[in-house]
Amino acid sequence: MKLSVAALNSYYGPAHILFDVALDVDAGEVVALLGRNGAGKSTTFRSIVGLVARREGRILFEGRDVSKEPTHAIVRGGLGYVPEERRIFTDLTVEENLEVGRQPARSGAPLWSKDKLFTLFPNLAEMRNRPGGRMSGGEQQMLTIARTLMGNPSLVLLDEPSEGLSPKIVEQMAHAILTMKQEGLSILVSEQNLHFARLISDRTYIIERGRICYSGTMAELETRPDIRDAHLAV
Amino acid sequence: MSFYVVQFLTGLASAASLFLVASGLSIIFGVTRIVNFAHGAFYMLGAYLAFSLTERLSGTLGFWGGIVGAALIVALIGVVVEMVLLRRIYRSPELFQLLATFGLTLMVEDLVVLIWGPDDLLGRRAPGLRGAVDFFGQAVPTYDILLIVLGPVVLGALWLLFRRTRWGVLVRAATQDRDMVAALGVNQKWLFTSVFALGVFLAALGGALQIPRDAVNHTMDLRIIVDVFVVVVIGGLGSITGAFVAAVLVSELNAFGILIFPKISIILVFLVMAIVLIVRPWGLFGKPEAAARQTPGLSVRPWQPLSFNERLACVGALIVAAALPLLGSNYALIVGAEIAIFVIFAASLHFLMSVGGLASFGHAAYFGLGTYGVAFLAKFLGFPMIACLLLGPVLGLLGAMLFGWFAVQLSGVYFAMLTLAFAQIVWSIAFQWVEVTGGDNGILGVWPAAFVATPARFYWLALFVTAVSVTLLRVLVFSPFGYALRATRDSGLRSEAIGLNSKRIQWTAFVIAGTFAGISGALFAYLKGSVFPDNAGIALSVDSLVMVLLGGVETVSGAVIGAIVYKALSIWLVSYTDLSKLVLGGFIVLIVVAFPKGIVGTFGSLVDNGRLPFFKRALPGASQAEGAE
Repeated sequence: MKLSVAALNSYYGPAHILFDVALDVDAGEVVALLGRNGAGKSTTFRSIVGLVARREGRILFEGRDVSKEPTHAIVRGGLGYVPEERRIFTDLTVEENLEVGRQPARSGAPLWSKDKLFTLFPNLAEMRNRPGGRMSGGEQQMLTIARTLMGNPSLVLLDEPSEGLSPKIVEQMAHAILTMKQEGLSILVSEQNLHFARLISDRTYIIERGRICYSGTMAELETRPDIRDAHLAV
Repeated sequence: MSFYVVQFLTGLASAASLFLVASGLSIIFGVTRIVNFAHGAFYMLGAYLAFSLTERLSGTLGFWGGIVGAALIVALIGVVVEMVLLRRIYRSPELFQLLATFGLTLMVEDLVVLIWGPDDLLGRRAPGLRGAVDFFGQAVPTYDILLIVLGPVVLGALWLLFRRTRWGVLVRAATQDRDMVAALGVNQKWLFTSVFALGVFLAALGGALQIPRDAVNHTMDLRIIVDVFVVVVIGGLGSITGAFVAAVLVSELNAFGILIFPKISIILVFLVMAIVLIVRPWGLFGKPEAAARQTPGLSVRPWQPLSFNERLACVGALIVAAALPLLGSNYALIVGAEIAIFVIFAASLHFLMSVGGLASFGHAAYFGLGTYGVAFLAKFLGFPMIACLLLGPVLGLLGAMLFGWFAVQLSGVYFAMLTLAFAQIVWSIAFQWVEVTGGDNGILGVWPAAFVATPARFYWLALFVTAVSVTLLRVLVFSPFGYALRATRDSGLRSEAIGLNSKRIQWTAFVIAGTFAGISGALFAYLKGSVFPDNAGIALSVDSLVMVLLGGVETVSGAVIGAIVYKALSIWLVSYTDLSKLVLGGFIVLIVVAFPKGIVGTFGSLVDNGRLPFFKRALPGASQAEGAE
């Protein structure tokens, strides 16, 4: 098991947000966390990497409990995180943004170089010296993923990578994610876009109001339109 | 003509040190968001240590080794300060770090006197650079030439450091979004410590390089810190290039101001700063600051009006206070009156800072205007005391109307700096306009009328005015205007969206706060019987900040408690020990670390956590559950 989360409860101030969330990601697997806006997808991710002030539960990453570790230590351990809001360093160039994410090679995880990432995201190759603030939304999304990959993670949390992107870019993104999978990366991806999730993921969890309410393979979900309509349809 | 060229070169040489110190402050602020008030103290320590080291080491190598060694030692001290003190308070309310670094400054001021004595020390001249270069018949010290060259060299080195090294890239990234940097696996603790060390090193180097030019003394920290604030704000916080350009500008203004506008030489720099901020609110090279991250914990504890029992308790406390003349000596009554006056002053700043979210660094301006308002009316127009007390604060009101209109166009640190500049303008006018204000000699003989001429009666008057003022300000907090003001504090955009004119509301709050500061100043003038420029000085502005922060900036009643504790403590310390600053500074640092919510805030938390069940509901919002971290 790459990542195993159990009995995860999170709080924003007095508000209880996640209730006993449990999910697993196997090595080399792409797992989709589906749910509507505000269901708790981002909070789940932020809790796993320790960006939520108060969280309880067990978070096993490669067999090690990381639930008490600070964010940077979790990430250094090989758990990469791509935030939903992208959070590109706007004053830094593309290359400098990548530099911030750079970490030493890690055994058992795919090794990424700047050149390799420029092959994965060809758009970025043409703007190495452009400040992050002067890029389109799609380019920023690619940069934020590439930046996390520079840390040579063995598992990546991708928070809504298709959000706000044009259909053409979404297709490129799906292609990139599948390439990342082929490289041996495990991926937990949150999505609202079922079509996109279908393209890339093996298994899925559905989260609603902070609770996991369904889990199964992507193929199984296809056969359950009732589940889809109850928890995902707009 | 050559005289002006030489004057220009002298200005450039002065700019070098100013740039070093300012760039250090700018770098530290960029990453840690701490306005490091102790930066001047590190500058001063650098100078003192360099003095001692260069005295002991001989030769050219010894001299320069001493300079650099002093800066390195101070940088190490900075590392210790960062790890032991600042690390504990990065998550504390905004400006709380300012309080901690202010406490440090106080401690250092006494420590250097303890170690090096109170007298000016004249440092060694740089070996081989003792002479002067002849420049069109005017002599320019060789050492100045070196400093002129050094400024751009350091600028270039810093540029390379931030553009060409991984460390520099990380620092620039953290300046924009430090949480994201952590989420990419960078240990922020290490980054913060190294940034702080670099900033302190630059400050100390700036100080060390001054010893061949200027005497070393224990007041050089406050002198430089004001100039540095001005430089950083004109240049734009976080911009090294901006710090350089502004350092040159400020130094040249100082060099030529005295020649061209001797009458207003002191305020010239502050006038320029005010103009820059009004035209370019983020400084010449700065960028608009991203919306300040909401301070965690702010408005978690909802403010509530006092309950009936709490009102009774307040009346009881007031009666006890009013009984002081029955027990206390005349000295105690004078001290009591002074404390009461400072309660008004602190409460007025609290109204602006906690209720309005506008932290002024120059609140003493309106206190000072209140004192001069009274002095003018009493001495020039011969008004009776009652009329003076009522009309004197109007000068504070008018000042707040004028300055406040400009200040509320800005927010956050820039607001703080602009208010500081305005306060310096007031101070400078009081200091330089000798014909009217008497300059440094002040205006003497402002005595209270016969009916309050005894200490007991004056104490009662002060207590009465304080009770009325604090009550009025509190009523305002829970009035519709107070709600609107708090709305603009919590979210400017949303309050605009529901139809609140936030600038107008903030301006009004500024004027209210300035008026009450003027009232406290008016009383103060009669308490002391005289009026001096320092009534509008930086020290007093800082005092008021400390009082509010000490009491608890997130509470409604913190300012009152903070003022009583701080004022009583400082008066007591001054009379009992020669090291009052050391003790007071240590006390402030201790409070900051042990009680990051201030006295009242900490007390409220204890009540919330059930550790003081007796006081349940004794404080506003005490029954509310403790909220987000």
